[in-house]
Amino acid sequence: MSDTGSPGGSLSPIDKASFKRELTGVVPHLRAFARGLCGRPDLADDLVQETMLKAWAAQDRFEPGTSMRAWTFVILRNAYLTDMRRNRFRGEYDEGVAERILTAPAGQEEPIHLSDLHRALLTLPAERREALLLVGAGGFSYEEAAAICGCAVGTIKSRVGRARAALSEMLANGNIPRRSTDDDIAHRAILEELDTVAAGNGVSSRG
Amino acid sequence: MASNHQRSGSNGGGGDGAQRRPPEWADGLKQLYDSVVEEALPDNFKDLLDRLDEMDGGGPSPGSNDNGQGQGRPAPDGRGNPA
Repeated sequence: MSDTGSPGGSLSPIDKASFKRELTGVVPHLRAFARGLCGRPDLADDLVQETMLKAWAAQDRFEPGTSMRAWTFVILRNAYLTDMRRNRFRGEYDEGVAERILTAPAGQEEPIHLSDLHRALLTLPAERREALLLVGAGGFSYEEAAAICGCAVGTIKSRVGRARAALSEMLANGNIPRRSTDDDIAHRAILEELDTVAAGNGVSSRG
Repeated sequence: MASNHQRSGSNGGGGDGAQRRPPEWADGLKQLYDSVVEEALPDNFKDLLDRLDEMDGGGPSPGSNDNGQGQGRPAPDGRGNPA
């Protein structure tokens, strides 16, 4: 009977089983949050797996009865920020949603596509993007989002407000980076992507 | 100097300012999120958790835990391979 100190050793089998069940339950949300943050589905899923490993290793620190989704989001965002510093996720977005039409606002000829929204979202600074994702997509309250990001509630409100204003402006003016045009924004996005490719992280073939 | 410009008479009620009327694309943000949540979950996520669970020594079926009946481990004894 060799007891190799297992990481979750202090949890009862029942606690462990419910931890696993709850963690399984939030995986779709982790995937959604990750994809909103970093754009590319494959990188997002890598991030989710990394998050699951870390959450599993830290399961002693999860307090039963609290929100598993909020707890794992903290882990995911920290992993994301670490990866961001290594320049993994720059200038990436998901083209898979490209053809889905979001809505056609009254008095506007061009419908807004989900892909436009997603691209616009990905141009935001990371901290505004995550704030908007948590509140506007994930349905967290400002207080919950502040706890996840480890900042003041007022900071979250301000970030969400700025993110909304920036997106509204981009979408209203059609000022969205687009591959097929060569305006300044697209140009910058392409340059950034070239950087990424040059660094060896890029997507090789597209179309 | 509490100059209150109220451009569109937006009255959030809480005086927070951050929560104005949600823009028309707001629903799209939720759609982006929900569309991923509703995707079928690839097997590798569940597999990962199952593997972690087993590594912790949990194992799906408790009980059959006796080893050492006769020859517990195959001794790698015998023919050493002189390379």
